[in-house]
Amino acid sequence: MNEMIKDSSLVGTSPVRPDGVPKVTGLAQFGDDFHLPGMLQSKVLRSPHAHARIKSIDTSKAEALHGVKAVITGADFPEHAFSYFGPARIERNYWHITRAVIAQEKALFEGHAVAAVAATTAAIAAKAAKLIEVDYEVLPHVIDVDEAMAEDAPVLYDDMITRGIEPVPTKPSNISKITTLELGDVEAGFAEADEIVEKEYRTAAVHQGYIEPHACLARYDSDGQAELWSSSQGHFIVREFTSKICGIPLANLKVNPAEIGGGFGGKTVVYVEPLAVALSKKAGHPVRVSMGRDEVFKASGPTSGSSMRMKIGVKKDGTITAAEGRYNYQAGAFPGSPVIGGSLCGFAPYAIANQKATACDVVSNRPKVAAYRAPGSPIAAFAVESTLDILAKKIGMDPAKLRLKNAAVKGTPMFMGPLSHDGYGDTVKAILDHPEYNKPLGPNQGRGVASGYWFNGGGESGATVFVNADGTVVIATGSPDIGGSRASMAIMASETLGIPYEQVRSTVNDTTSVPFTQQTGGSRVTYATGIAVIGACNKVIDELKARAAKMWDVDVEGVDWVDGEARPAGSNVGEFDPLSIKDIASKAITTGGPIGSTNAVALGGQAPGFATEMCEVEVDPDTGLVKILRFVVAQDAGRAIHKAYVEGQMQGGAVQGIGWALNEEYIYDEKGRMANAGFLDYRVPVASDITCDIETLIVEVPNPNHPFGVKGVGEVNLVPAMAAVANAVADAVGRRMTSLPMSPPKVLAALMDRDGGEL
Amino acid sequence: MARQHVTTTINGDEADFLCEPDQTLLSVLREELQMTGTKEGCGTGDCGACSVTIDGRLVCSCLVLGVEAEGKSVETIEGMAHGEALHPLQTKFLEHAALQCGICTPGFLVAARALLEKNPDPSETEVRFWLAGNLCRCTGYQKIVEAVLDAAEEMRKA
Repeated sequence: MNEMIKDSSLVGTSPVRPDGVPKVTGLAQFGDDFHLPGMLQSKVLRSPHAHARIKSIDTSKAEALHGVKAVITGADFPEHAFSYFGPARIERNYWHITRAVIAQEKALFEGHAVAAVAATTAAIAAKAAKLIEVDYEVLPHVIDVDEAMAEDAPVLYDDMITRGIEPVPTKPSNISKITTLELGDVEAGFAEADEIVEKEYRTAAVHQGYIEPHACLARYDSDGQAELWSSSQGHFIVREFTSKICGIPLANLKVNPAEIGGGFGGKTVVYVEPLAVALSKKAGHPVRVSMGRDEVFKASGPTSGSSMRMKIGVKKDGTITAAEGRYNYQAGAFPGSPVIGGSLCGFAPYAIANQKATACDVVSNRPKVAAYRAPGSPIAAFAVESTLDILAKKIGMDPAKLRLKNAAVKGTPMFMGPLSHDGYGDTVKAILDHPEYNKPLGPNQGRGVASGYWFNGGGESGATVFVNADGTVVIATGSPDIGGSRASMAIMASETLGIPYEQVRSTVNDTTSVPFTQQTGGSRVTYATGIAVIGACNKVIDELKARAAKMWDVDVEGVDWVDGEARPAGSNVGEFDPLSIKDIASKAITTGGPIGSTNAVALGGQAPGFATEMCEVEVDPDTGLVKILRFVVAQDAGRAIHKAYVEGQMQGGAVQGIGWALNEEYIYDEKGRMANAGFLDYRVPVASDITCDIETLIVEVPNPNHPFGVKGVGEVNLVPAMAAVANAVADAVGRRMTSLPMSPPKVLAALMDRDGGEL
Repeated sequence: MARQHVTTTINGDEADFLCEPDQTLLSVLREELQMTGTKEGCGTGDCGACSVTIDGRLVCSCLVLGVEAEGKSVETIEGMAHGEALHPLQTKFLEHAALQCGICTPGFLVAARALLEKNPDPSETEVRFWLAGNLCRCTGYQKIVEAVLDAAEEMRKA
């Protein structure tokens, strides 16, 4: 353990979460659970066409219906200049963002919002939506990423000229941007290789699949003040987007964080909030806007489907000499797939002297993609980790040992500079040390391993810590709690202050009560908001020491803070009984007033997440059904603050990966309409699909930039999962599945193909 | 059509409400009675977030009409704890960290209670298959299954 890292008796345990009871009694309020007096219901009218010009919209009949209070269209929102901003990997453009919320000149995907109605009842709103007359000119559409890149593809934007290539193209296309990343000399690297494998891969678009549909309640007052109750991964981000899209100053829009019913990246953007605010403004009453499940599938972000080409060369001793990846990610109807992130992550676990990636961002007539758990990285890892598996077999080397031999360490050059932290190799070793790793398996059974990398996040976070007169402490943060973060904040605060966990009340607060805080995403909360909380606690300790000094009439240097109480720093200070936090706080009125502190940070220093996973499967040779027999996740957490919730992240990420590997995909009909927009046909894993334990091996290589060593745990567990399953299938039946999902018909077809190709 | 008057029992208490003839029990609970502990995840009976029991039978309340509650006894998540005392399943879900976001939790608890009333000593496989109608996207199900098995053991001892 790093000496800089604080030792602790509470960190790494699993106390009950502070927000637990309301969540098991049904009293916790999620996005759709708020009511206000006079509240109106709503219905969003969505495009039935994948691609259509909107020639006109006539809302007069809808407006005339008794009980209808407001009808809005794209014309009710301000226009924004066409301009990209922010880092390339996550750049945004409000010309696109506002159109993703509601269509303007064109409907660009089936389900694209075209108009919305607020009415006294949901039934009236639905009836009114049907009375809105939209005159569409249906246009040719394109869904598939490769077809969208074809010369003769229907283009979504007549003025989209591919960025990032020279010479600048003269014709518009659906390729928004091509980014090339290079390190070393790949041609020279491939010349050194003894074995080279080059292969193409495809992954299907998959949805984050949170169980809570998007929902919010908005109130807009005639003085321009507005308030939102919204389920999101970041209410400050909801405020930022909605303020801009609706043209409201930030201070005039208060966003209250509802409990969030899952997000996995999909609730880092807005869909319903600007509609609700605009409807409320027009109607003069509060308005609730909620999506149905079909709307969630058709109109909220899945992650990209992709086509990729991967080429990797190794020497006989296992040294990877060169790697080259071509990544084509579909972005949906607006630019901004996570393809750059995927390209940066794919090779990141390895020290590869010569590497090149070409990242292609492609629009098509689908909903705009949103972040999904380590956005981009799982897709790239499927191609990279499958190819490495083939190479390991070709040179007769254990696939985990191949990875360990090439493991990146702190300082290893990557596309984005030297790797900042160790930890990857430890996750491989954890799998190699697993007692089952070398055990033989039965017929039609196989074992696969794969690894993954994710950046993890820092950024802006704020926290306020108040000390109450009875010695209890309240922590207020702006990070929505999506999986136990109130508990991890309380653990870190109680450790820092030296008081019991039960004495700390950890809360999530609205945009007027705490400093700006980035979203709960990028595995950043325990790191960045954690540091904000710890910093606020340290400021509070300084204040408590100052108050104790006053009470003792000594210099503040004469006071130490030990185990939750003020003690004289030495015998020369004088003889004083220790003062507890309660002793000091109860006298605060006489020593300077209430005690509390606000801390706001903007952090780098985050450490990347690494995971290596082992999967064992059995393939039914008659049906092609893949059954998971064993799944082991080894992940570097830096330090696990709340052990059970860290395990929960690892288990949840693994099972999402199993769903992505085996079942999940967006299916379209010939008219570009989604054919499986429900949980019956878009099949996420259920409890009976996974009959084995998901074993968790928490690796802890601490991040020296966090007082407790935290790296972040939310995302990287998903990254290797699909490749781990594919590698296990290849080991079981000698067939290399290069297209996700590995559904029974596809596996069966591969089994029937006698020339099943290389492993 | 005029709204229908329905007389029923909810969590042991007599209740009545007015609803549209085509309004689901889920919508009645949430919108007419403000009992929002029962959640909507899909509206098509595929996710189990809206699980309730009617006369002891586990159903998706999105697939039941409000008028069908006439003369029946409906149990929802709001009726699971007694005063300050949580049901053992609720306690075990907290102890096992069997919820992350918590949106599916009411449905899982109602479904798990229905299982343990039928079968106080289920195997892990029986738990997994009984709960296959409830979707959870956060946990990967493992801690939920562990919590249910632990609660069953505790309830058998009681």
